[in-house]
Amino acid sequence: MAYRLGVDVGGTFTDLLLIEDETGETFRDKVPSTPHDPSVAVVNGTLKICAKAKIDPKDVQLFMHGTTVATNTVLTSTGAKVGLVTTDGYRQVLHIARSFVPGGLAGWIVWNKPPLTAPLESTVEVPERIGADGSIVTPLDEAALRTALEGLKKEGIEALTISFINAYRNDVHEKRAGEIARDIFPDLPISLSSEVLPEMQEYERALTTVANSYVRPRVANYVRNLKAELNKAGMNGQMNLLRSDAGLMSFEKAQDHPVNLLMSGPAGGVAGAMWVCGKSGFGNLLTVDVGGTSTDVALIENGQPRLARETECGDLKVRATSLDIRTVGAGGGSIAFVPELTKALRVGPASAGAVPGPVCYSRGGTKPTVTDANVVLGYLPEELLGGTMRLDRPAASASVQVIADTLGISVQEAANGIYSIANETMMGALRLISVQQGYDPRDFALVAFGGAGPLHANALGKLLGSWPVIVPPSPGVLCAFGDATTRLRAERAKSIGKPFPDVSNQSVADVLRELHAAVSKELLAEGVPVAEQEISFEAGVRYSGQAFEVSLPVALDGFAADGLENLGAAFDKEHERLFTFCLESDRELVTVRATALGKASAIKLEKLPEGNGDPSAAKVRDHAIWADGQEHPAVIYDRAKLKAGDRVIGPAIICEMDSTTVLLPDHVAEVDPYGLILIRPLAAQ
Amino acid sequence: MVAQIIQTNPTPFQKIVIDPITLDIIENALRNARAEMDATLFRTAMSPGIREQGDAFPLIANHEGKMVVGQFGSFLGGFLKNYKGTIEEGDVIWLSDPYSVEGAISHLNDWLIILPVFHDGRLVAWTCHFGHQTDVGGKVPGSLPTDATSIFQEGIRIPPIKLYRKGVLNEDVLELVLNNTRTRDWCRSDLNAIIASCRIAGRRIVEMCKRFQTDIYISAVDELLERNKRAMAKLIETSISTDKVSFEDYICDDGRGFGPYKLRATMWREGEKVILDWEGTSPQSESSINFYLNENMLKMFFGIYMIMVFDPQILFNDGFYDLVETRIPEGSLLKPKYPAALSCRTHGIGRVFDVLGALLGQRTPEFLNAAGFSSSPHLMLSGSYRGSGKYYQLFQIGFGGIPGRPFGDGPDGHSLWPNFTNVPNEFLEAYFPLRIERYETIPDSGGPGLHRGGNGVRISYRFLEPGAIAIHDDRWFTYPWGVNGGEPGWRSRRVLIRANGVEEVLAAKIDDIQVRPGDLLIFDTWGGGGWGDPLARDPALVATDVKRGLVTVDGAKRYGVVIAADGSVDAVATAALRDELVTKRGEIGLFNFGGTIDELRERCLTETGLPAPKDPSLQNSVLLETAAA
Repeated sequence: MAYRLGVDVGGTFTDLLLIEDETGETFRDKVPSTPHDPSVAVVNGTLKICAKAKIDPKDVQLFMHGTTVATNTVLTSTGAKVGLVTTDGYRQVLHIARSFVPGGLAGWIVWNKPPLTAPLESTVEVPERIGADGSIVTPLDEAALRTALEGLKKEGIEALTISFINAYRNDVHEKRAGEIARDIFPDLPISLSSEVLPEMQEYERALTTVANSYVRPRVANYVRNLKAELNKAGMNGQMNLLRSDAGLMSFEKAQDHPVNLLMSGPAGGVAGAMWVCGKSGFGNLLTVDVGGTSTDVALIENGQPRLARETECGDLKVRATSLDIRTVGAGGGSIAFVPELTKALRVGPASAGAVPGPVCYSRGGTKPTVTDANVVLGYLPEELLGGTMRLDRPAASASVQVIADTLGISVQEAANGIYSIANETMMGALRLISVQQGYDPRDFALVAFGGAGPLHANALGKLLGSWPVIVPPSPGVLCAFGDATTRLRAERAKSIGKPFPDVSNQSVADVLRELHAAVSKELLAEGVPVAEQEISFEAGVRYSGQAFEVSLPVALDGFAADGLENLGAAFDKEHERLFTFCLESDRELVTVRATALGKASAIKLEKLPEGNGDPSAAKVRDHAIWADGQEHPAVIYDRAKLKAGDRVIGPAIICEMDSTTVLLPDHVAEVDPYGLILIRPLAAQ
Repeated sequence: MVAQIIQTNPTPFQKIVIDPITLDIIENALRNARAEMDATLFRTAMSPGIREQGDAFPLIANHEGKMVVGQFGSFLGGFLKNYKGTIEEGDVIWLSDPYSVEGAISHLNDWLIILPVFHDGRLVAWTCHFGHQTDVGGKVPGSLPTDATSIFQEGIRIPPIKLYRKGVLNEDVLELVLNNTRTRDWCRSDLNAIIASCRIAGRRIVEMCKRFQTDIYISAVDELLERNKRAMAKLIETSISTDKVSFEDYICDDGRGFGPYKLRATMWREGEKVILDWEGTSPQSESSINFYLNENMLKMFFGIYMIMVFDPQILFNDGFYDLVETRIPEGSLLKPKYPAALSCRTHGIGRVFDVLGALLGQRTPEFLNAAGFSSSPHLMLSGSYRGSGKYYQLFQIGFGGIPGRPFGDGPDGHSLWPNFTNVPNEFLEAYFPLRIERYETIPDSGGPGLHRGGNGVRISYRFLEPGAIAIHDDRWFTYPWGVNGGEPGWRSRRVLIRANGVEEVLAAKIDDIQVRPGDLLIFDTWGGGGWGDPLARDPALVATDVKRGLVTVDGAKRYGVVIAADGSVDAVATAALRDELVTKRGEIGLFNFGGTIDELRERCLTETGLPAPKDPSLQNSVLLETAAA
């Protein structure tokens, strides 16, 4: 029998989900995470879940894993010391960057420029030049390159990047320089810009390639160790990592292109939410993942997540496809304060982090945070279910009182203010991905996860009018679902870059066919037979002269007859929807892209036992919460004891081991057969 | 207010007391709306000036026209005061003539869209946006003639007109204007993008009125303005003295061989009010360097500088305008009389920033920034391809060194303009017949200081087709000054090396220089001034700068630092050199201008390769008198 295994590494637990491919039978387990070396928990968990399912690890044919190794390397600035080789005249390509200074007019007075990922002292320039048309203007000076590289030796670089001007047009010099560099640095990973990102714009290409180099040694090391350990445990199946775009990439490829892993962790949550909610019939989703310092949001339309061409991670913004996840600096640890001059209430972006953390954690935190506000409002009970920690409510209250006194309002009003402003910031991010992209949030369900997501979910649903608000079962399991249910994926694109009048339906159809063959072959090589492949096409179109294109689906069938006419009309319509106008200018076909997906797993979700609609068996105790300007009696429920069909009337708090759901007054929560909590306004019932 | 607002719902707004939470939420929502304006514009605009560089300025104002979010202050005051027509729901106002709006926009290239936002038959807000058009006609490609003597030579002048009247587009007038530009498609698309961004913000405001109720929205916006006023009042009281402080700086020349032109301001506080008096500023120029300085815009510049220098937490809006009084002499460079030419006002804007910075920091040197890249040198290139005959036209803005700051070193080769970015060189090479052979910052060009001024940028353009270039540059004659012991940065310089090897230093402001394939233009922008005593800078930092190629071994000596052959600091030699320099230089002044104007004149030809500009008071003023009459 064949199995697939999804593994998600969280801060506290490593969650595992094992699926039998034919029957869809699932097994879940969790083991404590091992932050010093995450692979230890992955291997332990794998052995444990195999034992639980009574299978041999060799029966696991697909191993799928979301990892934050690349992300953490960037966030903690612990990447490799990167050497960079540029074209003569461009040594400072990263130093000048795009000359952008944030902060608006006079923002320069207080801006702190972050250090370069490849420092200038380990950047060298060599004579060579490719023209914008791809022609060789100046041949590569190999002797000068060798001298320059020898000079880099004393800098002790740990990875090397080669990024030449116009290499996106012609990679011959980068390739040759790569060979010479391998001579001189036989043990260093070498990244070429023409391989990592063959696109126009020298700064973005160099930066992305340098970022690739920066995370490469650590990711490669992690992946190599993990593979060796899994092999030792007897597992020999296909091993994949979840990419930032929620596709999969093999361990081998991940070692060369780790820049595509920067959003691997958050992508798992989105993919999981998409899958779990999809099972219950929700295809249009806004996802909200609220963590300690920030909130990630994404939009899913008809079961498809929106993709972005850029990945942002800390100060780093690189050109790598990822789920269009927007991050705002509002999370459970965001600190509330009142500036002296304006007397305005501000929340974040400064965060108390894990240490010292919110005041109520009693770890030395003294500044009121969003979590403390949640405690004051009664949304987070002092005793967390299954938790070892008791929250210090009086201390949280005292810290919020300081804010209240400054503003001359009650402590509850102040707490509610902090809570509301955090919600507003989260909503700003949700607007960016919905309203600003031309989507009406009322056409979407809002799914909340992450440690603090379910605390804010109901309130965000009210602000956006997105119903139902969905709270899936515990966050770790959700990510493991995302890992395990992701389909193998192959993608190829071709730049066209021509106005519509200069291309024909036939020529575009030929390109589509060519791309079709290429992605199909790639997936076949990964073991997906042609019959199980699902292939789709996309075209990027803009008005000639614009900087950004709009992606639209296209079909190969019939394209040769009237494909461009249909595509043009669809583009005008989409442009009008997004930007309120369309133009009579020439349209330009920028790129065409083919994507092949492998078979989806036949996973069967366990259903909850049927209840009678009455949740009282799950009641833990009576409680009180503050909402809408007054205190309300409320009930605390244990989520694990709720049954399918149970209806909880707000106000209420629903607790589980690693998260807490707030149900506001005038709202009702229904438990669906797969264990989702669905919140809707009572009036709509 | 002359403009007549037609509202179908006469109910006056009701003042409602707003709790601080709702207020902050509305403020956040307005900020998000403003971010959406930017995003829409950049995604749909076509000209490199807007889509790549970001030369555009959005604004959301309350129903009275006061800016609530934005950056340059409200463009609306002058419009509302002077527009004689009606304003109705569905109208979209379009204009470009600075004289029609008291300089709210300052040259014809900036096309301004003003959109009144109505909800339930009442005017609830204005959204506006202006963007620099690559070409609006006139005597030269780019519409920025350095030698223009009246605004009529600078392109088509659009008075405030209704591009849309009650929702209906006036296609004839649009066609008329587009027909007068050399870059019709870009203008058309950029204009659409600007309108789209105003409409999007308008929608958000209507949504807010529905969500919170109109009266609450209106009262909240009033309170945001009021809150800002209270904060600024406190800031002014604690940071601005009743004693007068003055400062003067210069625009180097006028493109016709005369200069420098003085910008002089005096600042003091009377009660809760700050007075900014520009008495002593040079009379207006006969050419196009005049900067019609809108009073409200000046207040905003002042306010933002004040906030950034003293307390960056405050969000700025128009609320504090009553606290600032500006006095600008009629007929001066900053308030020229119609029909004076205005197109090349960019240097004036930049220098106003330098002057404001110096005024605010003079009494509190710990807050004083050095002079920096307070302009945006322009390069314009146009011509036709030899083969296809196809026309091409480029407008590019350069960047230089950020000044040394109390906060730290000034970044090298960055922009002082809000949200501006450079144009990727690969983009330039792909779409224009040129090759950028070098793109780097110039070592030693940033002024030495405890905090080093940022280096200027060198761009080497190799031309591949015949064409013509025009340049608008400044700070080639006067220095970007240093402060608190910091030294000035290097000045700008432009050298054209012909394919046959003949070299020529180009003047800072010129039009119509013919270039041929193989010619090379080396365009050096200026560095930022240094901040604090360079002899006190940690020698290790100097050594790192040397290693990074940002300071040379020779340049390190200006910090009194001797670098050994292996790149390390020679501690003994450094100590000796520093001792020697300390004795030699004497007392440190607050400002270091690199010499008096007379001294600069004296050394000009030798140092810059260009003759010194002639005293502006010597020029023939016949044109001005004609204009005045």
